[in-house]
Amino acid sequence: MPSSNDCDPLPAEALPVGIKVLIAGGFGVGKTTFVNTLSEIEPLSTEEMLTAVSAATDRLDGVEDKATTTVALDFGRITLGPAHVLYLFGTPGQERFWFMWDELSEGALGAVVLADTRRLEHSFAAVDFFERRGIPFVVAVNEFDGAHRYHAEEVRTALDLRQEVPVALCDARVQSSGIRVLLELIQHLITTRSSHGSDTAPPLLRA
Amino acid sequence: MSPVLPDGPLINEAVGRLVRPYTVSDGRTRATSHFTLVTVVRATGVQTQGAFGLEHAQVLALCESPVSVAEVAARMQVPAAVVKVLLSDLAEGGAVVAGDAPPPSPGHYARPDRDLLEAVRDALLKRL
Ligand SMILES: Nc1nc2c(ncn2[C@@H]2O[C@H](COP(=O)(O)OP(=O)(O)O)[C@@H](O)[C@H]2O)c(=O)[nH]1
Ligand SMILES: [Mg+2]
Repeated sequence: MPSSNDCDPLPAEALPVGIKVLIAGGFGVGKTTFVNTLSEIEPLSTEEMLTAVSAATDRLDGVEDKATTTVALDFGRITLGPAHVLYLFGTPGQERFWFMWDELSEGALGAVVLADTRRLEHSFAAVDFFERRGIPFVVAVNEFDGAHRYHAEEVRTALDLRQEVPVALCDARVQSSGIRVLLELIQHLITTRSSHGSDTAPPLLRA
Repeated sequence: MSPVLPDGPLINEAVGRLVRPYTVSDGRTRATSHFTLVTVVRATGVQTQGAFGLEHAQVLALCESPVSVAEVAARMQVPAAVVKVLLSDLAEGGAVVAGDAPPPSPGHYARPDRDLLEAVRDALLKRL
């Protein structure tokens, strides 16, 4: 360890901004695969500790009784340059954890909802979640071998997506495919910004 | 140090010991709130006066070059909340600095500025 006070503290401004994108969808839809394919680091998992309002908690006087649980989040990293680092977090698939998605989605730039055409209904809840919270998302149809190939428009209808939500076809095992999905998301963010006229709004008035 | 059970309560002994400071005081909980999973941190090389333990030393060793809170937590195999506490101790003494986060907006989607989005898009395009 460097030994001293003669070493100036490094300025925080020199550090990159971490950007969070969520990779959601039902169990087995390819979230972990998607994250791992794109990540420049070996697959990592972090335990986020969550404090739930538990039905079993009837004491109001102390933290000890709060139901605390942890969920494991797979994540990966894509260094975009000296100023930005993108982190992809695979959301836990189990619906019983969804009470804490508020915490997970806080500060997220947006989300990718992966869908498997053999069980599209597994992604309903994720779509619903992001819609309700106004978190921008794209739907990426993960094309599994042997699954019926659908047109993006058929998926849009089945998931009852609003017209502006992009639907992309992808293969979570292929890096360029995952990058294209992320590009769809970013372009969607840029487009919706412009159409809402917020480019002209002063910074303090931004939602 | 063994990892916590993904689905279970925090019953692991080692983690219990680490977690305690987080739950002890409201003030400490608040002090850590500016660290998110994607906050990038780095050790400054400044030596601090505090009587820090093994866990603090581990954090410092892991952030010799810029790294996110999530990565530090993953490598230490402790919950991110624990790492946030350790980092805030270290940041207080100047041993660690933290980078900016995109505009925070608790519970709401924070609309990022266009420059950020375009920078991200252009960097992704280069990876195709
Ligand atoms: N054919 C095909 N298989 C995939 C694709 N993505 C994931 N898989 C496989 O589907 C299974 C579940 O994927 P996983 O990433 O663990 O899903 P998760 O539960 O959403 O994290 C694994 O066996 C993957 O290898 C894909 O795009 N195409
Ligand atoms: Mg998974």
